[in-house]
Amino acid sequence: MTEMVYGAVPVREGEPILPKWWRTIDKWSLTAILILFALGLLLGLAASPPLAERNGFSHFHYVQRQAVFGGAGLLAMLVTSMMSPVLVRRLAVIGFLFAFVALAFLPFLGTDFGKGAVRWYSLGFASFQPSEFLKPGFVVAAAWMMAAAQEINGPPGRIWSFALAMTIVVMLALQPDFGQAALVLFGWGVMYFVAGAPMLLLICMAGAVVLGGTFAYENSEHFARRIDGFLNPEVDPTTQIGYATNAIQEGGFFGVGVGEGTVKWSLPDAHTDFIIAVAAEEYGLILVLCIITLYAIVVARSFFRLMRERDPFIRLAGTGLAAIFGVQAMINMGVAVRLLPAKGMTLPFVSYGGSSLIATGIAMGMLLAFTRSRPQGEIGDLLRGHHR
Amino acid sequence: MIRTPLRPLARILDARQRGENPDAIERENIRIRHEQMRDRARARAEGRLLVLGLLFLCCYLTIGARMGLMAASEPEEPRTRTSGASILAQRSDITDREGRILATNMETYSLYAQPPHMIDPERAARELMKIFPDLNEKRLMRDFTGGKRKFIWIKKKISPEQRQAVHDIGSPGLLFGPREMRLYPNGKLASHVLGGASFGREGVHAAEVIGVAGVEKTFDDFLRDPANGGKPLQLSIDLTVQAAVERVLQGGMMLMNAKGAAAVLMDVHTGEVISLASLPDFDPNDRPRPPTQGHAADSPLFNRAVQGVYELGSTFKIFAVSQALQLGLVTPETMIDTKGPLTWGRFRIRDFHNYGSELTVTKVIEKSSNIGTARIAQMIGADRQQDFLKSLGFFEPVPLEMLEASGGQPLLPPKWSELSTMTISYGHGLSATPAHLAAAYATIANGGRKVTPTLLKRDTPQGGERVMSAEVAASARAMLRRVVTEGTASMGEVPGYAVAGKTGTADKPRENGRGYYKDRVIATFASMFPVNDPQYVLVVTLDEPVETSGPKPRRTAGWTAVPVAAEMITRIAPLLDLRPQIEPETLAGITLASE
Repeated sequence: MTEMVYGAVPVREGEPILPKWWRTIDKWSLTAILILFALGLLLGLAASPPLAERNGFSHFHYVQRQAVFGGAGLLAMLVTSMMSPVLVRRLAVIGFLFAFVALAFLPFLGTDFGKGAVRWYSLGFASFQPSEFLKPGFVVAAAWMMAAAQEINGPPGRIWSFALAMTIVVMLALQPDFGQAALVLFGWGVMYFVAGAPMLLLICMAGAVVLGGTFAYENSEHFARRIDGFLNPEVDPTTQIGYATNAIQEGGFFGVGVGEGTVKWSLPDAHTDFIIAVAAEEYGLILVLCIITLYAIVVARSFFRLMRERDPFIRLAGTGLAAIFGVQAMINMGVAVRLLPAKGMTLPFVSYGGSSLIATGIAMGMLLAFTRSRPQGEIGDLLRGHHR
Repeated sequence: MIRTPLRPLARILDARQRGENPDAIERENIRIRHEQMRDRARARAEGRLLVLGLLFLCCYLTIGARMGLMAASEPEEPRTRTSGASILAQRSDITDREGRILATNMETYSLYAQPPHMIDPERAARELMKIFPDLNEKRLMRDFTGGKRKFIWIKKKISPEQRQAVHDIGSPGLLFGPREMRLYPNGKLASHVLGGASFGREGVHAAEVIGVAGVEKTFDDFLRDPANGGKPLQLSIDLTVQAAVERVLQGGMMLMNAKGAAAVLMDVHTGEVISLASLPDFDPNDRPRPPTQGHAADSPLFNRAVQGVYELGSTFKIFAVSQALQLGLVTPETMIDTKGPLTWGRFRIRDFHNYGSELTVTKVIEKSSNIGTARIAQMIGADRQQDFLKSLGFFEPVPLEMLEASGGQPLLPPKWSELSTMTISYGHGLSATPAHLAAAYATIANGGRKVTPTLLKRDTPQGGERVMSAEVAASARAMLRRVVTEGTASMGEVPGYAVAGKTGTADKPRENGRGYYKDRVIATFASMFPVNDPQYVLVVTLDEPVETSGPKPRRTAGWTAVPVAAEMITRIAPLLDLRPQIEPETLAGITLASE
């Protein structure tokens, strides 16, 4: 329709897929993601041998798995990023439905791997966590609904998306997996904010979050213990946080040297939740700042490109995906530096994790697909059709 | 403000008039409105996305800055906060009434092993076996070399010499954790009162010491409360007296071939328990495990003085008589019919000897006549007897501040018939502990006021509620004095200390609940001294004593418990600052000025 009105056809007719993809993709984000993945492999080399030794595998067993799954994830990302937003939306909504059903059947068919929360399906060679796949699917579905609500005579999509978000949050909280529930809620909140939420409502919601947190603190021992541990200024060095703190301090600016770190031997979650501590110990502050910068680049670039996006669905979906990606990294690193209470959350693309790598790959593919340059009816588009 | 109409009605009407389809105009209008809305939404979203992006960048910056700060700070050696001095002297001491230590703490070490750190685990295990021969060598070797165990406790408490010896092994996998252990420097002395302590929650660097029995358990919270600032818990026990009582009781128990013995010494005014002993006893430093089979009463942990509920026999007679005096039913000179046997239904009450057809009330006590006491009890009646015994504390466990006391619940008859009234009056049918008896006798001794026994030091008399008048108490004491001077407790006379008391010999009930043993008794002597102004009550109980110096084995309290009590009083009265009051012999050549 844009083309009809403005009479300009910036998209070259019959342009081959790959050149078009390369021309319109956000190369900064793509590069940052690829570097993150490479760093993940590098840190996996350092962090996972102790675990492999404990579990009786060869030294780099987990690195190999990471490479295989990461390769699959990257492939999924590239393929997804080549799709058109409409196709992404369709596939994502269908995928979301599957993931939702899978999540609903978790209590009956899932396994808890002895960790006390039923979050996984065991597939034998790997495990599959539906909530990882549910997140990007949910973001797209919710963005679709919200965007539809902005149409004249559109459906009440905001309410629908809110109901959907709450359903998922409750299902996740029952597992219990408060981390993922919080991420879903956060993603929805960000999208709603960008979709033009009234300010008053936002303030009310902030109040509700505070109340909910207080309620959880009073009623969940698990939750209260973590908060207490966080508020206590003294770090008990025998906890994971204590080891992580010590590792960061040991590392200093330039690290103790490759393979010289010790924290990976003491931390059970060194290869997942606390991989940043391993990075800080062996490679020092420099690498940590690099990692932070890379995440910041992905988030900032995505937001920047979405600011110009005219299509509300693409804008919202992209915002949600970028926000969840960015905040997950933020929480993971915030825990390691004791800015946030202890909460198990993986560092996207860097932490070890089979299905989560693929899910993150898909999510990033969607984000890249949404942030591709598109004609936005601006004068530059009219003149040149591209150049971004 | 210029309002733009939602629908371009003018154009639609025009189109209609021209006969055109207005839908195209309508659609065009919606499209334009949509474009405008979309632009507005984008403008707003642009601002909000900017805010969001800045927020994210700020958060990342904060994390980076924090990371930098942490990286710049010096790492500290990981160590737990609770180490060294903070766990020392956490538990308060326990002292006797003079401030002498009964229980204190000692710094010691626990020994544990971390096999992964060992260089030569076999040698370490062999050397350890030399130091601690009680360890299981096979198991030690398996744990050390198996490779599975990362952490093994070897000893909870070790001596400094043992610690040095373990040091000398020189294995880096053998480590020590500081411990505070409870020490009872007097060994077995007052073991039943103190109880014992053991480790509660245990970590590598500290362990909680918790009381498991006796006052250690009852006052556990007080002893562990840091707010006390290490103030000791002062008991009413007197260490010296306790030692004398235990020594004499031990000797008496052996001489009388008893299997157990108990003694309670109590201040009659303050209710303080000066000494409480039960034999056999144990060493609280190495407290034995509770028995898993057999009778609880056979364990050295069993405290006969407060846990052992016995039918205490004739010692109860004085209660019936004092109540009858108090109620004005009799005077000490009233003649009581003692013609035996007294038949009540199928039950016959007999006396040890035949005391003739009539005795005065004083003589009833002195000769310990069951029939006479039963007749007096008949005059009193069941209800009044119950009230009186309840007021003396025979219906509740003794409220002593030790865990075991609550287990000494007296056994009352299920139905308090008139027959029960009669038998209880001479101490059968109601079982109570020696501590109960001491508390009740203290009431008679202090002039009729109820006394609550306590293990804590106190300085002032209790002045409890009045149970009997001072006159009645005085007459009761006079009768009890005659028991010693004329009656069954003649061996209880200690020159200068005017002992008064009452013997009690009760047949032990069979375990199967049918009748009584003929040859097993509980012999009790409840006494007070000095009788003209009683200060202390002493109850001595022997479990199954038999005195075999005569031609026939003698089991009555007069031959068993009384001499033990007399010897005890001889020893402890001077320790209690009591001067002997010896009637001066007629001194030749001196005339007292008062004459």
